[in-house]
Amino acid sequence: MTDSVREKVIAIIAEQAVLEPGDITPTATLPDLGIDSLGLVESIFAIEEAFDIQIPFNANEPDQSDFDISSVDAIIAAVEGLVAAQKGV
Amino acid sequence: MRRVVITGQGTINALGQDVPQTLAAMREGRCGIAELELRDVERLSVRIGAQVKGYDPEALFNRQQIALYDRFTQFTLIAARQAMDGCGLSFAGELAVRSGVVLGTAGGGVNTWDENYRTVYEEGKNRVHPFVVPKLMNNAAASHVSMEWNLKGPSFSVATACASSNHAMGLAFQLIRGGAVDVMVTGGSEAMLSFGGIKAWEGLRVMSKDACRPFSANRNGMVQGEGAAVFVFEEYEHAKKRGADILAEVVGFAMTSDAADIVMPSKQGAARTIAGALKDARLNPSDVAYINAHGTGTAANDKVECAAVADAFGHHADELMISSTKSMHGHLIGGTGAVELLACIMALKDGVIAPTIGYEEHDPECALDVVPNEAREVRVEACLSNAFAFGGFNAVLALRRAP
Repeated sequence: MTDSVREKVIAIIAEQAVLEPGDITPTATLPDLGIDSLGLVESIFAIEEAFDIQIPFNANEPDQSDFDISSVDAIIAAVEGLVAAQKGV
Repeated sequence: MRRVVITGQGTINALGQDVPQTLAAMREGRCGIAELELRDVERLSVRIGAQVKGYDPEALFNRQQIALYDRFTQFTLIAARQAMDGCGLSFAGELAVRSGVVLGTAGGGVNTWDENYRTVYEEGKNRVHPFVVPKLMNNAAASHVSMEWNLKGPSFSVATACASSNHAMGLAFQLIRGGAVDVMVTGGSEAMLSFGGIKAWEGLRVMSKDACRPFSANRNGMVQGEGAAVFVFEEYEHAKKRGADILAEVVGFAMTSDAADIVMPSKQGAARTIAGALKDARLNPSDVAYINAHGTGTAANDKVECAAVADAFGHHADELMISSTKSMHGHLIGGTGAVELLACIMALKDGVIAPTIGYEEHDPECALDVVPNEAREVRVEACLSNAFAFGGFNAVLALRRAP
């Protein structure tokens, strides 16, 4: 399941960044990939829809959110955690 | 040059169902934000708002009127009745032709859209009430005001998101100053606190789930409100000749576009608009003692707005007071500038500066005198009211004490 979370999240980020999934490096930040604040909110929505989960994220205090968006790897780990917590798999 | 004064005011909002109640709440720093009471609230992640409570439309309007008046129109008519009763004008003959109405609303009949979408999509019905269209249209409120008081001059509605009311009032001011009319009924209204209205805002992830704390370092977003405020703007000589009670003078207006981003505010755009309003009003920066801020309580708006004020006012930015009354009445979206004009009139007329409540932590990026938590008594000669909308549309009004 971990691989599929990784693949799906990278596909969503790649689509938002208008890049190929192969160009999304794990350590990249969203600004590195050219994703701005609106792109971030849209990516979070797409991830929620793809995994049927609720992501706690307030754009006013991104650093205080439980959802770590500091890099692609961090986002994948956070999504895995939420999927496990909310879907029990 | 023709001058423009305000000779009537009315409101209904979460702080009160008329002007005295609203101003008393602002003086006391009372908060109108509470748990939302509406259908399907349990399916919302944002469950607070500045809702008009204890409101019974059936006590104020008959069945035929309710069939035609969305909640935003009802709020408008309630506020307009107070303003019209207060101003002492009656509109007949030449004055009717020389008077109009321009009102701001962003969403118009949001509750009517919401309820009728439920009917056809959720309940699967194939028929809706015949008056859905005239009830939900954005200009419905302005039209009903024109019909109720026989206003036959230039009349329309303005929708520029959070700047709608300031644009409407600015245009009313310009129409009188330019000579097209002698009286304009103006202001704005919003009633977006429905399931769909809040659900849409949730998506942007800029809403607070606990409080509106403008300029405070721990602010975490905006809180929606609802209601209306309506004013009578009148040409000065016309008002003077009939011995009208003048509340304040409108002396300047500026509007600009950032031409940059659909949601992020621009310091340059905001500063340019503030400077434009001062120039239009022939005010020096040092004449302005108070600004009613746009002050939404989002991270982005408040720091950009403070930087813009610092830019436009230079050293005087540290001398003036700037407060956000949205901390009390919430963000009325298209109606917000109208309710905020009440605070400007209170500052000019009564020398009372409404506070920014909920202020808890100093933010070095908002290092102005934000009148934290408690109202202040200061004589004010001139003030500004800021509105900076999504879409990059800015509208700033300048007012002076009654001549």
